[in-house]
Amino acid sequence: MVSTAVPAGGLIEGSAVLKSHLRRAERTRKLRAVGLVLPLFLFIMVSFIIPIGVMLFQSIYDPDIRTLMPNTAAALDTWDGADLPDETVFAALVQDLAAAQKEKKAALIGRRLNYEMSGLRSELVKSGKAAMTMTAGPYKDQMIAVAPIWGDRATWAVIKRAARTYTPYYYLSSFDFEYTADNDVVAVPEGQAVYKAVFVRTLGISLLVTALTLVLGFPVAYLLATQPPRIANLLLILVLLPFWTSLLVRTTAWVVLLQTQGPINDLLMLTGLVDERVQLIFTRFGTIAAMTHIQLPFTLLPIYSVMKTISPSHMRAARSLGANSFYAFARVYFPQTLPGVAAGCLLTFILCLGYYITPALVGGPTDQLISTYIALFTNSTVNWGMGSALGTILLASTLVLYFVYNRLVGIDRMRLT
Amino acid sequence: MANTAAEDAANAPYVRFTDVQKTYDGEKLVVRDLNLDIKKGEFLTMLGPSGSGKTTTLLMLAGFEVPTQGDIILGDQSLKNMPPHKRDIGMVFQNYALFPHMTVEENCAFPLDVRKVGKAEIQTRVKRALDMVQLGGYGKRRPGQLSGGQQQRVAVARALVFNPKLVLMDEPLGALDRQLREQMQLEIKHLHERLGITVVYVTHDQGEALTMSNRIAVFNDGEVQQLATPDTLYEEPQNSFVAQFIGENNKLRGTVRSLNGTICEVDVEGGGAVRALAVRIGGVGSATLLSLRPERVKINPPSGSVPNVFPAKVEELIYLGDHIRTRVSVCGHDDFVVKVPNAEGRVPFQPGSAITIGWKVEDCRALDVL
Repeated sequence: MVSTAVPAGGLIEGSAVLKSHLRRAERTRKLRAVGLVLPLFLFIMVSFIIPIGVMLFQSIYDPDIRTLMPNTAAALDTWDGADLPDETVFAALVQDLAAAQKEKKAALIGRRLNYEMSGLRSELVKSGKAAMTMTAGPYKDQMIAVAPIWGDRATWAVIKRAARTYTPYYYLSSFDFEYTADNDVVAVPEGQAVYKAVFVRTLGISLLVTALTLVLGFPVAYLLATQPPRIANLLLILVLLPFWTSLLVRTTAWVVLLQTQGPINDLLMLTGLVDERVQLIFTRFGTIAAMTHIQLPFTLLPIYSVMKTISPSHMRAARSLGANSFYAFARVYFPQTLPGVAAGCLLTFILCLGYYITPALVGGPTDQLISTYIALFTNSTVNWGMGSALGTILLASTLVLYFVYNRLVGIDRMRLT
Repeated sequence: MANTAAEDAANAPYVRFTDVQKTYDGEKLVVRDLNLDIKKGEFLTMLGPSGSGKTTTLLMLAGFEVPTQGDIILGDQSLKNMPPHKRDIGMVFQNYALFPHMTVEENCAFPLDVRKVGKAEIQTRVKRALDMVQLGGYGKRRPGQLSGGQQQRVAVARALVFNPKLVLMDEPLGALDRQLREQMQLEIKHLHERLGITVVYVTHDQGEALTMSNRIAVFNDGEVQQLATPDTLYEEPQNSFVAQFIGENNKLRGTVRSLNGTICEVDVEGGGAVRALAVRIGGVGSATLLSLRPERVKINPPSGSVPNVFPAKVEELIYLGDHIRTRVSVCGHDDFVVKVPNAEGRVPFQPGSAITIGWKVEDCRALDVL
């Protein structure tokens, strides 16, 4: 006889016992699930999400002037900006500069103000030193005598704007806008505008590289998908081999290839196609060639994986129903590859938007993409606000593209592997 | 007797394979010397185990494989060098091969679009084709939203909608479950009868072949073993392969002792002499395989009613409802099966019982040794 354990005490007590048993059993399972995810979650939080959040925040958070020049900032709150500020503001300025100079922070003030009006940095250092020695007012004339910038209304407008803790300044700059002395937002003069052209260039090069990888990769993907496994695997390894090599190594290989004394030029000279060596490296051609080569597998592999799922009987069916090969391909085969084409192109396009090393090594000055400027601001000039603003714009445009794509194609239809 | 002209025309081959050979690697022949005539309006099934060359034959007919040698004629045209899309042959595939990115209607309109048929006519013909397979209301759906059986119906409708000269079906019901398969077999059979189309059907399921076909070509090893109507194939198999491939079959090994016209006497290996129909044997003394259908064996036959009577021992009884499968040992073979119909109540014996079994001469066919 098989005996079943029935909890004593009837149904209601029994079901309560059952529920608590269930909870206990579930609790262990839940804890285990949390335990499995937790290390990775913490790692990503600490090393990725929080730093990126902080970075993004830097693009609008601008406390330098308010902390370094607290008195001036407070005194300017009531300034209407119509004329030069009055004596109290100048007194506050002298007090702040003297304090900053003592702590050797006058240069920091100068750096921040210099973003909006070049030349302020050296004037600030000079004024800081002078402020240390000033003992009695009125300060207004003394300061203007030390540095004429203090007699300029625009300087004070810059300081008042920079004294805001949260600023749209970096975003405006990223889109080539600036403030006038009257706090109006205007476009930067033609010759000084930088970023709009860089954004357009980034989008243009990314589009071109994406199109090239599609044109070059699609036929190869088709070949891979239709060959018998033995040949297909060999071809696939040839495709994957560069994919497994580091980006830097491949870019460096292109540097070697494209050099004026390099193999491509040697070949061109040897075959008599050109009379003198061609400039290939540090050109747009070099940038696009290298980027296309590096991005090819990213476009090709999703297309290949979709093509592999398309049954060869579809083409046969189309042929038997009366379609010639071209018509069958265009009407039956190609439409079925679209999820892969979309996935591959989106992947390549988004990766291209963030290209940095390749344009830096094989491109010329006018081939640099937006990442170069982000790197410049974060590494060299330490203008974190600008770096963050450009980075945020890049991230946001990528997300917008992603959502547009989702609307048009549907992420669930996309196949990466 | 002289045939009339009309009879001649009706019997003239519509599809003719002449000495067709096919090899993929230049070493092994997948199809060897195939000669096969198919009549107009006929439902011909190519039946055989996998690797027997039946699908290759179908693909050559469709134009997806090229015969290494020989010629195929459809109507009065040689199919040599004619690409698949010009052959006007509708094909139904095992995995349906419906285009997933098109609706049911678009799928069915595809062969008409290709042929530049007018919009209005496409609409009426697609509607008629879908009504024919009872899918009138499903035109706007995509194949992924249909069940396997419905998808197969769409595939059939698509292969018929352009009135092809010939319809090929490559194991079209293989992916369906048993019940649906049997239902679809009847539907396709009825469609064939109603429309008078010529169908070449490939399957490895003998039940399917028997149910649907006018004639069956049994393939093995790249050759047609026998081409006959379903009943002839079952009742009069011409060799051991056909006898064993179609239906259940008892085998008794032996040697020919004497041969007298169409009747021969065979010494069975385990003892006993059996009188059998000489169908495919060598001379006296040659080895042979006797073939005997389980339902043609009588248990405890009245003495003198059949010429072949042997003592046997019941080994196993399997109750199958309508009949009892009875395994007995006889003449030294213990895999001899007798089907006892459950018409007159349960059989009165148990495993271990001693019985006699017997059969008629014409039910026992002496065939070649495999």
